[in-house]
Amino acid sequence: MAKSAQRAQAAAEAIRVEPLLGRISGAAGVSLTPAKPAARVSLRANPVDAKTLSKALGLDLPLKPKTSSANAKGRLALWLGPDEWLLIDESGDPMADLKKVRALHSAVDVSHRNTAILVAGTGARATLEAGCPQDLRESAFPVGAASRTVMGKIEVVIYRSGESEYRVECWRSFSDYAFTFLSDAARDCLA
Amino acid sequence: MLLIHCPYCEEERPELEFRNAGEAHIERPKNIAEISDEDFEKFFFIRDNPKGVTYERWRHIHGCARFFNAVRDTVSDRFVTTYKAGEPRVEVERGEDGLVRLTGARP
Amino acid sequence: MSGANRIKGKGRLTPAKTVRFTFDGKALSAIEGDTLASALIANGIHLTGRSFKYHRPRGILSAGPEEPNALMDVGRDAARRTPNVRATVQEVFDGLQANSQNRWPSLSFDVGGLNNLASPFFAAGFYYKTFMWPKAAWKRVYEPVIRAAAGLGVAPKEPDPDHYSNHNVHCDVLVIGGGATGLAGALAAAHAGADVVLCDEQPELGGAFHHETDAEVDGMPGWDWAQAATAELRGMDNVRVLTRTTAFGYQAQNHVGLVERVTEHLDRPDPALPRERLWQVRAGRVVIATGAIERHMVFANNDRPGIMLASAARTFLNHFGVAVGAKVGVYTACDSAWNAAFDLKRAGVSVPAIVDVRPDPDPALVAWAKELGIEVLAGHAVLDTSGSLRVRSMKVGKASGGSTRDIAIDALIMSAGWTPSVHMYSQSRGKVVWDEASERFLPGRNVQDCVSVGACNGDDELGEAIADAARAGHEAALATGRKAKSAWTAPEAETRTSWTGGMKGSAAGAGPDTTVKAFVDFQNDVTAKDIRLAVREGMHSIEHVKRFTTNGMATDQGKTSNIHGLAIAAEMLDKPIPQVGLTTFRSPYTPVTFGAIVNHSRGPLFDPARKTPVHDWEVAHGAVFEDVGQWKRAWYYPRAGEDMHDAVNRECRTVRAAAGMFDASTLGKIEVVGPDAAQFLNLMYTNGWDKLQPGRCKYGIMLREDGFIYDDGVVGRLAEDRFHVTTTTGGAPRVMHHMEDYLQTEFPDLKVWLTSTTEQWAVIAVQGPKAREIIAPLVEDIDLSNEAMPHMSVREGRICGVPTRLFRMSFTGEAGYEINVPADYGASIWEALWSRAEPLGACAYGTETMHVLRAEKGYIIVGQDTDGTVTPDDAGLNWAVAKKKPDFVGIRGMKRPDLVAPGRKQLVGLLTRDAKMVLEEGAQIVADPNQSVPMTMIGHVTSSYWSENCGRSIAMGLVADGRALKGKTLYVPMPDRTIEVEISDTVFIDKEGVRLNG
Repeated sequence: MAKSAQRAQAAAEAIRVEPLLGRISGAAGVSLTPAKPAARVSLRANPVDAKTLSKALGLDLPLKPKTSSANAKGRLALWLGPDEWLLIDESGDPMADLKKVRALHSAVDVSHRNTAILVAGTGARATLEAGCPQDLRESAFPVGAASRTVMGKIEVVIYRSGESEYRVECWRSFSDYAFTFLSDAARDCLA
Repeated sequence: MLLIHCPYCEEERPELEFRNAGEAHIERPKNIAEISDEDFEKFFFIRDNPKGVTYERWRHIHGCARFFNAVRDTVSDRFVTTYKAGEPRVEVERGEDGLVRLTGARP
Repeated sequence: MSGANRIKGKGRLTPAKTVRFTFDGKALSAIEGDTLASALIANGIHLTGRSFKYHRPRGILSAGPEEPNALMDVGRDAARRTPNVRATVQEVFDGLQANSQNRWPSLSFDVGGLNNLASPFFAAGFYYKTFMWPKAAWKRVYEPVIRAAAGLGVAPKEPDPDHYSNHNVHCDVLVIGGGATGLAGALAAAHAGADVVLCDEQPELGGAFHHETDAEVDGMPGWDWAQAATAELRGMDNVRVLTRTTAFGYQAQNHVGLVERVTEHLDRPDPALPRERLWQVRAGRVVIATGAIERHMVFANNDRPGIMLASAARTFLNHFGVAVGAKVGVYTACDSAWNAAFDLKRAGVSVPAIVDVRPDPDPALVAWAKELGIEVLAGHAVLDTSGSLRVRSMKVGKASGGSTRDIAIDALIMSAGWTPSVHMYSQSRGKVVWDEASERFLPGRNVQDCVSVGACNGDDELGEAIADAARAGHEAALATGRKAKSAWTAPEAETRTSWTGGMKGSAAGAGPDTTVKAFVDFQNDVTAKDIRLAVREGMHSIEHVKRFTTNGMATDQGKTSNIHGLAIAAEMLDKPIPQVGLTTFRSPYTPVTFGAIVNHSRGPLFDPARKTPVHDWEVAHGAVFEDVGQWKRAWYYPRAGEDMHDAVNRECRTVRAAAGMFDASTLGKIEVVGPDAAQFLNLMYTNGWDKLQPGRCKYGIMLREDGFIYDDGVVGRLAEDRFHVTTTTGGAPRVMHHMEDYLQTEFPDLKVWLTSTTEQWAVIAVQGPKAREIIAPLVEDIDLSNEAMPHMSVREGRICGVPTRLFRMSFTGEAGYEINVPADYGASIWEALWSRAEPLGACAYGTETMHVLRAEKGYIIVGQDTDGTVTPDDAGLNWAVAKKKPDFVGIRGMKRPDLVAPGRKQLVGLLTRDAKMVLEEGAQIVADPNQSVPMTMIGHVTSSYWSENCGRSIAMGLVADGRALKGKTLYVPMPDRTIEVEISDTVFIDKEGVRLNG
């Protein structure tokens, strides 16, 4: 028997099981939804090479702290540090796009390391403020702002995707905590 | 909870995002394998722990993840200034009002 | 009518809205909006508790948070019970249950009251002096008895059924206190465009207007103006008004903790609401408008129920419509008590006399009193009182001496003047300054970005105080970068109540030549006499006086007592008050519940529980879990009828006989990428990495600079410029931090980046002779043959159609693989492998079996066989230390004299003479079991297991010069026996390592 046939016999293709699959929560003023699976890349490079990398990625890598950029296809780049970006893309393959780049960089696939929770509604900011000590007011954290920070007892990346919409990225094994925390905080988000 | 100015994020951020990383401006000898026991002791074990101005390393571990240097007054627990890793030591002095400022800065 | 002492037409409550509550089991009625204190007084109840030390009957002293006496156990059911609640703060709701404390068997007859008769023995410093001897008695007799008698109130035993919430908020201006000046400050700041948070501890804003009904602001009664101002603020988008909210802690950089009592006043709270909210406010500027607190008079027996602050009596009358008595005496050194007396008299209460220590009080007040028919006794003092459970009379005489007379009363109101509330300012680390003119401590230079306004700043004139506060509010807005669009104009204001006058320390009849009980600190039962005693016994600093007498150390933090205590100490020391100094106020201002501080961090949110992608399968297959840091790891998989021992023995046998599957997902992983990656690893590990070919892996040891083992793990080289590093489960975050530290600060020129990939990959270890057979059909694009993929190699390919990083490696000594797959596929691929493994006789195994199997092979676990003082040589790992590298972290530390000296503890195997005997980990090892105690301990056991595969116990230990002692017998003394052990090498099975290559 040929090897490939053997394999087909032995097991079906692997199934993807997201950590927050089926979870849904919220309260008056806010909804909590697991984000769709996405390709994620931890991109590291000297910012002098940002231009070359931006060209390959089809967006302008943000160079100012706490900012982000997005392109029309929904690819997102968050500034996390002076030589660090988090790329999030629900449809494309940023790893593949970066393979062609000769400029010195490190691209590591972290698609499965992180997962994300979408926090939306008039009480979204208050829900986050239950656990995040950062100033999330409009003046300090406008739409498009992104930052690694803490929420309760875990590290998260918060990205403000809209007027009252946020994306909270965290590591996989912390996602249960994150979701439970946000659900608990949601109850008092209209205080 | 203190606010600490991160020289890379260019703003003050809550202390919870940071971690202290010991005394600053202690350079690991380039020829460390060859140094004497006395020099190794000085480099690795001996620390100042002053009452007053202290030079520290901090890491914005839950932020931009960068290490940086800070000058803090242990009497008031105030940060006098912070600056990027690798930048030269910043000189400070205590004014008559008891506050520590950058040398030459006006009260 | 809810209470006989309710006065028709007085107060601001709505009489129709009655509520029922109980006090010590007795059903009583109140009006919505009552505090427990006002409701009790309305029902003629003044006796509310027994004092802490002497168990003296005590009543309600105040109408606010400064209350030292009326502390009660308040609740709605057994689980919702809070001890030590101030009756003056707790609002009554339908069904509230209040109980007095510190009394047995009942409030009116309390056995502990004997302490009062024995009080000469309980003077200040009593404990320090009495329980010195015999020394041994302290631990067995004195301490248990004192502890049993000490403490106030009883905590509930049931878990707290309510929830609490936390809010981190940022604002431009935080205003603490919602009295006249706080409201003015908030309005001015808000109109200038600032984000404002205004908090006040009462249900309604208005501060002193609760009692001062003779104030007018903007042409209307002060109270009405305050309500209008509140409504205006509530209507503004940039303002958050928090009532029932106490600012309790002023921390660094304008970080202020507030606690809001959300449901404490509701009879049937919405379960969705938190019981309390913690607001952590970070403000650009803080406007402190905390007002002032009235002091009591210090005279003999000034603590009987019915004796209270004049402003409290006025609040009970004007706000709650309750008369504190039918015949109310007045004892004062301050004008404002006169206004309280006038209000009472006008409401129909008999006021037999106003006793004022001042020989010539304001003639206008005297004339007024005459007009109302109140006798004025100027230059007089209340020298004593009578009445056991309620005050019955006051003994009045000239301060200078002479004849006295008793005046019958059923309540006595008093004022020794007002103390500015500098607590928040003091907590902000500001130093208070003594103001000579007004003889009080006031805020000095501001240390943080804050400003004090109104009574807490010594601004007594209402109109000016409001104008100043408005200016401060406006400036605060501008200081935080707001460009004022409009300015709010402060209203005209005046009041007929004057706060002029006051005294500090003991009044006539309670001076140094007396032995009367004139209370300074009610909550801790400290009298004027106690403070004098402290000074006589050599306590000359106010800090020492405070600790010796406990004055001001109760939960009320001496809000009414500090200044009196200080004045008495100053008089004894013959020094001016500012030279004696004031103790520092610390947070919390009033007690804060644990619930509020813990808030969300309860139950599943106490600590994150990290679960691997395979967790649900493990649960479904009966795994017992162990905590490894925050991770939940499958420990062993007991089958029906198996205990842990049976299960582990079976798993151990099965892995070596067939195969086993192990969830290794928690292993730390770091991807090291860049042209200098190998060079960086050369510096981080003792090993050399230059020669490692892509596709191969190697066991690496990481040291700290001191030369001791820090972590270990297998590192695979995926490409010239890309390594897949693994760390121990517990070590992952610190290893990453350690590596980043060196990369960023010592070797910043290296072109390499580190990325944590711990959670990117689920890791499934398949170990044992049938490992290859299990995985082979599922793997694509990888040649698994021994020749193509030998032990210690890594390949990238596919498994079940998804990408994998497949390691051929072993922590069991068997041939095996560690299959890394993207985490979301982990569960599915585990199942696919399991469906192959189970029919082949393999098992799933947990961490316990993993530990046993690795010990059989002598593989160390960092943190178990090492403890931060073990070098590679100590652990027998010298082979992993590159000899020719010019540098790596720890290279110099390793050569320190003590680390190369002979006699160091070395890792060896330990075989018990009795093969069935399993040593205890941590047990000490000696050479001569018959030596005298304390014995010379030459080592200890680090790992010890029953090895089913060896048919005997196996162990490892660190023993001085251990490697030279191979074959020798040593001893492990235990409490019940001494165990003989033979020193061996650390490999107990397959010493040649042939199984690895199977």
